[in-house]
Amino acid sequence: MGPEESFEQFKECAVEVLQVDPAKVVPEARFAEDLDADSLDLVELVMALEERFGIDVPESELEGVETVEQAFKVVSSKL
Amino acid sequence: MLALSPGPDGSGALAGRRVVITGLGVVASCGVGTEAFWQGLLEEPPVGRERPVVGFDASHLFGPKEVRRADRFLQMAVTAADEAVRGAGGIEALRGDPERAGSYIGTGVGGFQTLCEQDRILLEKGPSRVSPFLVPGMMCNRASAEISMRFGLRGPCECTVTACAAGTQSIANAARLIATGRCEVMVAGGSEAPICELGVAGFTNMTALTRSGISKPFDVARDGFVLGEGAGAVVLEERSRALARGAHIYAEVAGAASTADAHHVTAPAPDGGGATRCMELALADAQISASEVTHINAHGTSTPLNDAAEAEAIHKAFGSPGPAVTSIKGVIGHTLAAAGAIEVVAVALSIQHHLIPPTAGTTNVDPSCEIDVVTGGPRDWVPGPVVSNSFGFGGHNGSIVIVPPE
Repeated sequence: MGPEESFEQFKECAVEVLQVDPAKVVPEARFAEDLDADSLDLVELVMALEERFGIDVPESELEGVETVEQAFKVVSSKL
Repeated sequence: MLALSPGPDGSGALAGRRVVITGLGVVASCGVGTEAFWQGLLEEPPVGRERPVVGFDASHLFGPKEVRRADRFLQMAVTAADEAVRGAGGIEALRGDPERAGSYIGTGVGGFQTLCEQDRILLEKGPSRVSPFLVPGMMCNRASAEISMRFGLRGPCECTVTACAAGTQSIANAARLIATGRCEVMVAGGSEAPICELGVAGFTNMTALTRSGISKPFDVARDGFVLGEGAGAVVLEERSRALARGAHIYAEVAGAASTADAHHVTAPAPDGGGATRCMELALADAQISASEVTHINAHGTSTPLNDAAEAEAIHKAFGSPGPAVTSIKGVIGHTLAAAGAIEVVAVALSIQHHLIPPTAGTTNVDPSCEIDVVTGGPRDWVPGPVVSNSFGFGGHNGSIVIVPPE
């Protein structure tokens, strides 16, 4: 799976869990400000990503993650 | 008068502040919204052991993200509360000092379906897949909390959990908060969404559900209750405040009482003693005599034991023939903790329409129930004091006295 396809799948998860406009899920989008996602929303999103990609993301790696790009980087590093 | 310090027989009681109902909201299988609900109470219900609110949708109140997570009991509570608050003139006109405004929504099992669903995920996928929204979604106080947040109510925000007595007791407890002077306005009611595999299995195996699929309270052939769901909500206000702002007053909460059977966890005390005491205390609280009561909105679940005990309790407290008795559970089934709240809404609508809806499903009143059951069709009625009863597993009894507005 190339990075573009991975991002598309990432985006699908984010749209489903956060119920946001797909056009808003861009690398520079901030979860809190731009996607109206709080910390529990992120936990739910990470669960969906773990399922989708068959990966395991320890909570510690999510500290300081504020943007889509940062989150995608964490996911990509597991693929 | 929602007495603050009742005398033993109601005399010499120190009356509390008067509390009126200025908003109504309801979600029931026979109708969502007070108008549809009232019409539904006058029509023939469907047959079946479960009576869901078909086509219920609260997405307009939650938005696409929240609605997926909001338990059905929460969605129903918010829908009912929203209607009640809008009907009372909207939250800006209603709220006043937010520190003296509160919410009080009772439930029996809260977000039970959320709990069941997440338990299935736990067993299928393991603990790491259990939703972070399980705890806030299943907790019984969630509906009260949600309503406080939505409407900016910062006074008491509580939840009575007394099984099927919770709706009545929540409204009573909320009214008392106004009577004592702690609050000026309360959004109160009850909500329940128990219709799922585990809920149905539990009630079926305790032989509480009907086999015939017909709810027929006080009928000689009654054979258990139909499992319902729904929510009822009212806006309660201190009377002079409601008058000052020109609010429409549906009815007044004149008194209430709460007692326990102290007998058995699911069976009512056979002589209805706890229920009799509850009704008598509620009347003393309201400083109204039994002979003044013209209508009783009964708990009337359609189970053999409840209806026998309640009929005996009513007979003891009111004599023969006594007030006109109806049970709307003939139409909507037993909505558990929502029942008492939905029934207060029904009483307010009866007062408005001068009409008592019939006990649907009941064709042949049990001769051992020596009470005047309204059957066959609605009965014209000159509104007067009403008692509404709710009894819950655990031996909880709740009675509330509602009177027409002056």
